[in-house]
Amino acid sequence: MGNKQTVFTHEQLEAYQDCTFFTRKEIMRLFYRYQDLAPQLVPLDYTSCPDVKVPYELISSMPELKDNPFRQRIAQVFSEDGDGHMTLDNFLDMFSVMSEMAPRDLKAYYAFKIYDFNNDGYICAWDLEQTVTKLTRGELSAEEVSLVCEKVLDEADGDHDGRLSLEDFQNMILRAPDFLSTFHIRI
Amino acid sequence: MSCQLKGREEKAGSGVRGRARSSSPGTGDRSRRRPSRKQPPRAERVAGRRGAQPSQKERAEGSPRPGSPRRKQAEHQRLREDLGKPGRSSTKRTCEGRRKRDGRASLKEQRQRAPPKKEKEALRKETRKRPKKHRSPSLASSTSGGESLSEEELARILEQLEDKKKLIATMRNKPWPMAKKLRELREAQEFVEKYEGALGKGKGKRLYAYRMLVAKKWVKFKRDFDNFKTQCIPWEMKIKDIGHFGSSVASYFIFLRWMYGVNLVLFGLIFGLVIIPEVLMGVPYGSIPRKTVPRAEEEKAMDFSVLWDFEGYIKYSALFYGYYNNQRTIGWLRYRLPMAYFMVGVSVFGYSLMIVIRSMASNTQGSTSEGENANFTFSFKMFTSWDYLIGNSETADNKYVSITTSFKESIVDEQESNKEENIHLTRFLRVLANFLIICCLCGSGYLIYFVVKRSQEFSKMQNVSWYERNEVEIVMSLLGMFCPPLFETIATLENYHPRIGLKWQLGRIFALFLGNLYTFLLALMDDVHLKLSNEETIKNITHWTLFNYYNSSGWNESVPRPPLHPADVPRGSCWETAVGIEFMRLTVSDMLVTYITILLGDFLRACFVRFMNYCWCWDLEAGFPSYAEFDISGNVLGLIFNQGMIWMGSFYAPGLVGINVLRLLTSMYFQCWAVMSSNVPHERVFKASRSSNFYMGLLLLVLFLSLLPVAYTIMSLPPSFDCGPFSGKNRMYDVIQETIENDFPTFLGKIFVFLANPGLIIPAILLMFLAIYYLNSVSKSLSRANAQLRKKIQALREVEKSHKSVTGRTTGRDSEDTAQGTSQNATQLPLTKEGMTPHSASQTQTPDKKAEDPGTFGSASGTTLPASQGLSVARPTGFRPDSGHARPQTHPWRSASGKSAQTSPH
Repeated sequence: MGNKQTVFTHEQLEAYQDCTFFTRKEIMRLFYRYQDLAPQLVPLDYTSCPDVKVPYELISSMPELKDNPFRQRIAQVFSEDGDGHMTLDNFLDMFSVMSEMAPRDLKAYYAFKIYDFNNDGYICAWDLEQTVTKLTRGELSAEEVSLVCEKVLDEADGDHDGRLSLEDFQNMILRAPDFLSTFHIRI
Repeated sequence: MSCQLKGREEKAGSGVRGRARSSSPGTGDRSRRRPSRKQPPRAERVAGRRGAQPSQKERAEGSPRPGSPRRKQAEHQRLREDLGKPGRSSTKRTCEGRRKRDGRASLKEQRQRAPPKKEKEALRKETRKRPKKHRSPSLASSTSGGESLSEEELARILEQLEDKKKLIATMRNKPWPMAKKLRELREAQEFVEKYEGALGKGKGKRLYAYRMLVAKKWVKFKRDFDNFKTQCIPWEMKIKDIGHFGSSVASYFIFLRWMYGVNLVLFGLIFGLVIIPEVLMGVPYGSIPRKTVPRAEEEKAMDFSVLWDFEGYIKYSALFYGYYNNQRTIGWLRYRLPMAYFMVGVSVFGYSLMIVIRSMASNTQGSTSEGENANFTFSFKMFTSWDYLIGNSETADNKYVSITTSFKESIVDEQESNKEENIHLTRFLRVLANFLIICCLCGSGYLIYFVVKRSQEFSKMQNVSWYERNEVEIVMSLLGMFCPPLFETIATLENYHPRIGLKWQLGRIFALFLGNLYTFLLALMDDVHLKLSNEETIKNITHWTLFNYYNSSGWNESVPRPPLHPADVPRGSCWETAVGIEFMRLTVSDMLVTYITILLGDFLRACFVRFMNYCWCWDLEAGFPSYAEFDISGNVLGLIFNQGMIWMGSFYAPGLVGINVLRLLTSMYFQCWAVMSSNVPHERVFKASRSSNFYMGLLLLVLFLSLLPVAYTIMSLPPSFDCGPFSGKNRMYDVIQETIENDFPTFLGKIFVFLANPGLIIPAILLMFLAIYYLNSVSKSLSRANAQLRKKIQALREVEKSHKSVTGRTTGRDSEDTAQGTSQNATQLPLTKEGMTPHSASQTQTPDKKAEDPGTFGSASGTTLPASQGLSVARPTGFRPDSGHARPQTHPWRSASGKSAQTSPH
């Protein structure tokens, strides 16, 4: 444990354990992952809470994220200013939500934010199109994409306002059998 | 603390109280925020009292008495002072939208509120002029009003304390950024720290503090223990690396790890309770016939080829049933080994059953009802098909392709739902395919039966070749290797949807394995019966040999004859050990075949494809041989059947579980390596989460099926007369009866006899069936109620929506997003009905409240309050998806405030 104490104080570690789904060891591991991304940028001493941000380019180069079509959205949603540059706190937040232990509601809330490309609080047809295009790398024709979007709205839009609100989304995702196992990043 | 109540308080506090104490700004505001349930009546009462004695108040204002009451007073004051803050912050939590503004306003309010409050408190006590001998550290007045107040305060602190603690415990579930979580956490912890000790009275106080201390320590211990536990979970990083191939591959390895854990427990059970005591305390090797290699085998007993077949020294070791002695107790501990052996055999099955069923139950708890999934095909594809675990570009490519095809498939399905081209041809082909597969199954079953029979012939002969000795295992492994691909080829005839096809394929492989295993068992049983029928003659031979040896003439009568060397005693064939050896060999050969397949089929193929690709006519990687896929379903089935063999064999070969632990350990590393080095991910996506219970179900079935033969042998076959812990008994389970008779008091024995009476067992079984029937019907009715509730929620949502549109039109003047905010909150909840009442009430209330007292509300905080409430409601981010309770509570209040925001600024 010796040199771990120098990175965080005991209280910081306890607080992080209260605020995330991680154990002490995992938090340390995450910290070192974070530190590895930009060794010259991130100090090895976090006891005084330095204000450091790792740029999005480095975050998205992590093997956990680099093949994810939604990596930019994920980084934007969890970063403070929506620009994808992350502090350690944001970083921990992100992987805490994505961890196995996080409850379905929390995951659903953030999944909604991720799929809401234009940040307007609703998943509209445009957002859906973006999602499909990212998922299939644009291999579907325009008609197919619009048909799929139409179908999704048809299925999940509970109040028929032509877009998915958070509730519609939660209502739908609550029944998805695979959501918990796929919306999950092991770190 | 429900917000509805708060709503009512709001009326009471600002209406009644505010009117009475118009001179003190902010108090109305403050009491309004108190979450206590008894608040409204008290507020009125206090207010009434106040209203009646305004002069007293003024009189006493300037002259507080010195002394201890004063000190207590101050203490209490501090207490209350801080209560205001937590009260607010808990409000913050439940009504999140308001939080920001509140934080800003709170300082101001506090500054304004504090002095008058203090004075009033002082005044109340002084005017009562009562001795303050209260145990409570808070309010010391002894009038009934004061009493109830202090009780309330306590209750309130307690309540808030509980809230804070809950907040700390659920902090990680909040969808807030980390900075905010940390801040809230610190606040909550400070509050808890401060008030934990202040509660409780007199002696109770110390006890309470002590209890808190213990609770804190306990939490810390639990966390440390959890930390420790996660550190103990093996292969976390390995599985994480594998996870880049997608969740389904990872799920296989997690299953493997789980299996390893179960086997470790079984191993510990058997090793600790049977093998170790026998080795430490039992009679040593070579002392009695069953523990000695017979004279005829002695020369070759140490040869590797013999040991490899589990003959020779291994056969007469503690790894097998036959080695154990039937002495009732062994060693100075008087350890009852036969009893322990039996109980361990039973508990191996008991533990496995329990653990499998428990993990099945926990799997089902997580999943939601399956029935209504059909409505969301496209949505699920859209939002849950990407596997966030994927961190490998090849897997990602595969995933993109499979998602695209699945979208296309569903589009096609949607466009032309079930239009069969030639239904007759398909039917014919399917029947044909099934016929072929049944033929294959029967053929393989017969082949195994034939081979096992032949091997029994071989075992009687001398000088059999290596192939003849291992024929059974070789044939079974070959069948297991070549039948599944054959089935797959036949299944292409059927033209099923891939997912249905996969299920059929799994079912067929399962049937094949099961059929093979059971034919093997049947053949083995024949052998066992043969051996049992020979036993009588062997028994006679042994008896006569010993008799002749001791009574033979030509020996000096005065010196007693040395006992016959155990190696020379003729003995029976010990069918239990034979069965155990069969299972042992089967397991080992299965393991070897698996490894060789991986090595040849995967690794060499991958090497070939990789390196010969430079000098080959066509593209090997994309073309014909390509890389091998990692066959998840086949591997899982293999694992399950292997486990079935372990369960069956472990009673007759206690060492089998140890072998299996080794096997799982090596295959963890070996298969990991193979997957990483030479496999490509499965193209056909097999969903991990859905299938996990499917696998567990198969495991349960296999467990049950492997329980049957063991139970049969225990219950209805007599054990061998000269080997094993139960030798000399009529049946194996007699050991229980023996223990009960000899080691328990007689009345217990009587009770057991009584319990074993069929007259009692049959009603018990009947009762169990009835209970199952009852629970089943209860769960059915519950699920029906569930469905109805869901329907109701849907309907309420519709109603709420129409309601929203109506109110939106009437108050159309307001900005659009305020209305949206309101509706968003209003539609969140199934509790909309309750939401309506405070809703309309506050709507009617607000105007006259405004009219009646502009003083209370209009000053400092009053003016900012409603407006900013409205603002915060409009913020779309002020929504919390977690915590099922908080939402129902927040909503009525928020919709109410939203309303007041809409109506108030005129």
